[in-house]
Amino acid sequence: MSELIKLHNVSLKAAEMVEEGRVHKALYSDPDIFEQELDRVFNNTWVFIGHESEVPEAGSYKTAWVGRQPVILSRDRKMNLHVLQNRCRHRGATVCEGRKGKTKSFTCPYHGWGYALDGELRALPKPEEYDGVIDKSELPLMRLRHESYRGMVFATFREDIQPLEDFLGGAKKWIDLFMKQGGGYPVKVLGEHRFNFPGNWKIQLENTTDAYHFPIIHKSFVSSLDDATADIFDFLNGDGFVEDLGNGHSVMVMIPELVDLEADLEQPIPARFSELAAALREEGRSEEEVKRLVRAAHGTGFNLNLFPNVSCSMAFFRVLRPVSVSETEIQHVALGGEGAPVAFNRKRMRLHEHFQGPMGFGTPDDGEAWERVQKGSLAGTDGWILVNRGMGRLRQSADGNVAGAVCSETGMRGAYRQYKKMMAAAEE
Amino acid sequence: MKTNTELLSKVAGFIWYEADLLDHKEYQHWLQLWSADGLYIVPTDINETDYLNTLNLALDDADMRRMRVARLESGESVSADAAGNTVRMVSRIRLLEAGEELVIARCAMTLNELRHGRLITYPADVEYQLRPVGDGFLIERKVIRLLHAEGFLRTVSFIF
Repeated sequence: MSELIKLHNVSLKAAEMVEEGRVHKALYSDPDIFEQELDRVFNNTWVFIGHESEVPEAGSYKTAWVGRQPVILSRDRKMNLHVLQNRCRHRGATVCEGRKGKTKSFTCPYHGWGYALDGELRALPKPEEYDGVIDKSELPLMRLRHESYRGMVFATFREDIQPLEDFLGGAKKWIDLFMKQGGGYPVKVLGEHRFNFPGNWKIQLENTTDAYHFPIIHKSFVSSLDDATADIFDFLNGDGFVEDLGNGHSVMVMIPELVDLEADLEQPIPARFSELAAALREEGRSEEEVKRLVRAAHGTGFNLNLFPNVSCSMAFFRVLRPVSVSETEIQHVALGGEGAPVAFNRKRMRLHEHFQGPMGFGTPDDGEAWERVQKGSLAGTDGWILVNRGMGRLRQSADGNVAGAVCSETGMRGAYRQYKKMMAAAEE
Repeated sequence: MKTNTELLSKVAGFIWYEADLLDHKEYQHWLQLWSADGLYIVPTDINETDYLNTLNLALDDADMRRMRVARLESGESVSADAAGNTVRMVSRIRLLEAGEELVIARCAMTLNELRHGRLITYPADVEYQLRPVGDGFLIERKVIRLLHAEGFLRTVSFIF
C-alpha cells in the first residue's frame, strides 16, 4: 500500500495508476493526466449530450459539451436530429450561445455566416469575394456522429467505434426500466439544476455508484423524511446489489421493490403521496392510473451509471462535465411525463428540489465531501484511493455479470477498468 | 413620483431585520416572519413566474422551510457545519404595490459567503410580498432571482 510514485516526473502512465481495487490519487490532481483523459476518454467514446424531449420541435436546439468541446443538438425541419460543433467555419466563433430554445438558423455574430439547422452553410455577406475561393457546400458546421437509445442522445467524435447499442450492452435493460417512470407517459425533461465543485470528474463518477456514503453524508436529508420513507432509504442492510454491466457501466440497486415501476401496482399508497393521489382522483383519474402514477412518482430504486458522463439516477439524469483537473460541472436533470397530469409533474419537481441541485437537502453535503476528497488528494507524495470494498464477496448476477452487495465498490471498479483500458489503448 | 416614505421606511426596516436574522443564523426567529401559506422561491430561470409548474432551486412552503432550517441546525449536515458566515447588503428598495392587504417591494441584494477561505458573491434581485399585520408584516412570498441562476452555482448551505 505504500509504494512511492514519482509524481514530478510522471513516469507511471495513468493506466498503470489503476489497479483492481485501488487507484492512485494523482488521477485526481495531475493536469497532464487530465489532458490525456479528454483525448483518450471523452473524445474517444459515446458521450451523453441530452434527451430528445429537450429539442421537441423543428427548430429546437440545446447547447451541450463533449468533454471540453462545445456542441449543439438541433432538430431540423424534417425532425431529424443533428449534433454540430459550435464553431463557425470562418474564424471560429461560437454560433450559438443560448442554453436552449428555438431558431431558424445559427448565425455567426462576427461576420454573419449563416448555417441551417442541419449545419449546412447557407449564406454569407458579400459572397463575391469568395468566388473561386471556397465552396459553401464544403463548409458546414462540423457534424458529430450521434445515436439515441430510448430518447437519450449520445454523440462521438469517432466514426469507427461500435454502435451505441453495442456500447450500452447490458445497460439497455436498465434504461428500459428507468424510462417507466413517466407513469405511462413518455419521459420528458422538466428542467435542470446546475452546479460545480472544485474537484476531479472521477469523484462524481464514483459517487453515483456509492451506496456506502448515503446514510452517513445524507443523514440530514433522511431526518427530513417521514418514518416510512426514511425506512425505504435505509437500504444498506437490504437485498440491494451492484452489478458490473461491462464497458464501464454498472447498476446499483438500492430499493429492489422499486426496480420495475409497472409491477406491484396493488401496493397501498404511501402517506407522502396521499396528496398527489387525492389530486389525481379529483381530476377523474381511474384508481388504476392513480396507483401507476403514484408508483412512478417515486422514481426507480436504482442508479444506472453509464461511462463516462451520465447516470440515470433513481429519478433524474446526472450529467458530469470535466472542466479542469480540479473543476467539474454537474447537471441534475429533472424528469416527468409528457402529457402527464399536472399534479404528477409538479410532485416530481418538488421531490427533485428536495434533494437535488445546489440548494437541495442532499447535494450540498455530497459537494462538501467531494471537495474534501480533492483537497486530500494533495496530501503526501504517495497515496491510493481504495475501491476494493466487497471484493471478497462477489457473486454472479441473474444476468451472468459480476455483482456485489449494494454498498460494494463493484461499479467503481467496472468504471476504472474501462478507464484503464481506454487510457492504455491510446498509449500503444 | 410620489413616494410613501413612511411605508418605504417600514418595509426597509423589515427587510433589513430579516437580512440580519439570516446572516446571524437566527433561523427560528426567521421562521416566525412568515405567513402560514408563504412561499420562499429561488427560480432556476429569472424570467419565470409560473413557479409551481417549473423546476426551482428552492420552492419552500412552511414544511420545507421548517425542514430546511432543521437541516441547517441539526449538526447532521457536514456542509452546514462547514459553512462560514454570510454578509448580505440589501438596497435599492422600491415599492411596487402599497395596498392595505398587500405590499410588494423589490430590492437588490448582494450576498457574500466565506466558504473554506474563499469569498463567493451572489448578486440577486429580490421581491417581497408582505402582508401588513399590526405594526409589522408577514412574508407571503419572497422570490430570490439570482443573477447567476442559469449558470453553474456553488452548493448552498445557508438561506438567501
